[in-house]
Amino acid sequence: MANIQIANVSKTYAGDIHAVKSVNIDIADGEFIVLVGPSGCGKSTLLRMIAGLETITSGTASIGGKIVNKVEPAERDIAMVFQNYALYPHMSVYANMAYGLKNRGTPKAEIDARVKEAVRMLELEPYLDRKPRALSGGQRQRVAMGRAIVRKPAAFLFDEPLSNLDAKLRVSMRGEIKQLQKRLGTTSLYVTHDQLEAMTLADRLVVLNRGEVEQIGTPLDVYHNPASTFVAGFIGSPAMNLVNVEITGQTIAFGDQTISVENRTLPQGKSTLGIRPEDLRLAQDGSGFAFHVDYIEELGAQRLVHGHASGTPLTVTLSSEVALPEDIRLSVLAEKLHFFSAETGKRITA
Amino acid sequence: MKKYIDHLILIIGVVFMMGPVVVAFMTSTHDAAEIHMQGLMTTWGGHFAETYDEVLFEKGGFTGQVTGLAMLKNSFILGIGFAVGKIVLSMLAAYGIVYFRFRMGVVFFWMIFTTLLLPLEVRILPSYMVMSKLHLIDTYSGLIVPLLASATGTFYFRQFFKSVPDELLEAARIDGAGPFKFFIDILVPLSRNMVAAIFVIMFVYGWNQYLWPMLMTTDESFFTLVRGIKQILLVWVGSQIPDYNQAFALAVLAMLPPILVVIIFQSWFIKGLTESDK
Ligand SMILES: Nc1ncnc2c1ncn2[C@@H]1O[C@H](COP(=O)(O)OP(=O)(O)OP(=O)(O)O)[C@@H](O)[C@H]1O
Ligand SMILES: [Mg+2]
Repeated sequence: MANIQIANVSKTYAGDIHAVKSVNIDIADGEFIVLVGPSGCGKSTLLRMIAGLETITSGTASIGGKIVNKVEPAERDIAMVFQNYALYPHMSVYANMAYGLKNRGTPKAEIDARVKEAVRMLELEPYLDRKPRALSGGQRQRVAMGRAIVRKPAAFLFDEPLSNLDAKLRVSMRGEIKQLQKRLGTTSLYVTHDQLEAMTLADRLVVLNRGEVEQIGTPLDVYHNPASTFVAGFIGSPAMNLVNVEITGQTIAFGDQTISVENRTLPQGKSTLGIRPEDLRLAQDGSGFAFHVDYIEELGAQRLVHGHASGTPLTVTLSSEVALPEDIRLSVLAEKLHFFSAETGKRITA
Repeated sequence: MKKYIDHLILIIGVVFMMGPVVVAFMTSTHDAAEIHMQGLMTTWGGHFAETYDEVLFEKGGFTGQVTGLAMLKNSFILGIGFAVGKIVLSMLAAYGIVYFRFRMGVVFFWMIFTTLLLPLEVRILPSYMVMSKLHLIDTYSGLIVPLLASATGTFYFRQFFKSVPDELLEAARIDGAGPFKFFIDILVPLSRNMVAAIFVIMFVYGWNQYLWPMLMTTDESFFTLVRGIKQILLVWVGSQIPDYNQAFALAVLAMLPPILVVIIFQSWFIKGLTESDK
């Protein structure tokens, strides 16, 4: 077990492609870090540099206090789980798990004990002699996990390990990975583009955008205090509403409507206002601002109401039990408003 | 109805292909004089045992030193040596080309590829000279080695290795497998269907070699079956009738091993050329 330090790490591919730009992350021993961001933002590249599968253009990666830039993947004491599992097709489940240990010269009895233990943990006993071809996607995923576990590495690296599974299996495997990681206490770095997966798994989230870190923090911290409009729009589903506004005094103006806010100092002038769909309420007795419904998505307990106010598209989450009035007016909670700089998109902390 | 037509076409095909084989076999069971007078036979002649016994075990040939069995052995050495050598060589070449970035790798690949344009027949003189300078005339090495370098094999294995997912290599690297272990533990087992397919093709090709063995070996103890057939018909001296029956028997014998190899390997053969197991 070990901590991982990523200091000023950059990656430039041939042709001047800056896939990762000067990333700094300190990962504590036993921590579960999730790298999240849209496709092509450099998540895999960063993970693969830590694994040693990709060279680091500049900066340093250290595992357990030792700089590993020039260390072979096998000597970095990490285990990786790939999106397509990358199981050896001609080897049985047992052989797949044992291969890494065998190459390290681990005694047979020890290999056997470790594989048996992992197999029990992952409930793979009935499949020990099967080839990967004869397993379901979920079972293959477990074998890939098993192959990582038996090595007892300092860190697990996951590259979108669940994205080839169907939605239901993904949720249950997600739970299992989380439990397993807590039980083993192994430092983990997990890549996903699924923000829900990121929120549920992470001790801390790292939100990446175009090769740069936008924000690092606990899931709730990132959710409640997004550092930029990018993070605000990426984390949380449905996405946060972002509205261009102009503020004078305690009045927020957008389009031809205004919202008055008390009990809070507001950044004056132009900015971007962020409101989560669940932080918008139906206003009572004619207060608030007018909202026109375009269409409604029923989710069961809740409904997503998509519409617009003064030409600005907005999404509102409302309880299914409340009947929608003819003329809808919405109100906001002052403390739930987020403000971002109109120029840089960065959060404005009042 | 369509099914019957399909079957009819296939049956006609089988008869067409198998007819000559059956005729050769039937003819080989008659005695030489009879064949000389009446030509090809389609009936059972009753001399099966003597003819085949004579062909396999009696010393014959120009020097009277070589038996059919010895020729069979030589053919096997040539066929297997050729197939195995080609597979080993082309797998290693393809491994180098696909997995190692070395200077001018592409150039080397295309250089290997252009040798497809230079079959043995084209380079027979220089190849012969090299072998003779190396004193490899009348040796098995001389018979086999010049035929080994194979663009086809290298090309097939290159395509196959390229289709192996990169993650497999990466997983193996993390699992502590170096280049050698990755080749032996992962690539070779994954290629086994491919190896079987190429083995079949190359074995038959090597088995049927005629021109090169004729040039490279003068010593009759290196004769292969394919040459033996020709040799028997050459004893057209004086008023003696060539041993047609023996020639046909040898031809039948010469056909058997390639057929067996194809039958034994056919399931792998088809898998190797059509499906992949990754
Ligand atoms: N070998 C390479 N050569 C050149 N550019 C590359 C190479 N590998 C990746 N890139 C580029 O680097 C950027 C980051 O790629 P990366 O695979 O890390 O994205 P990602 O965040 O993992 O995306 P995804 O969610 O789709 O997997 C992309 O713009 C990609 O085109
Ligand atoms: Mg990726």
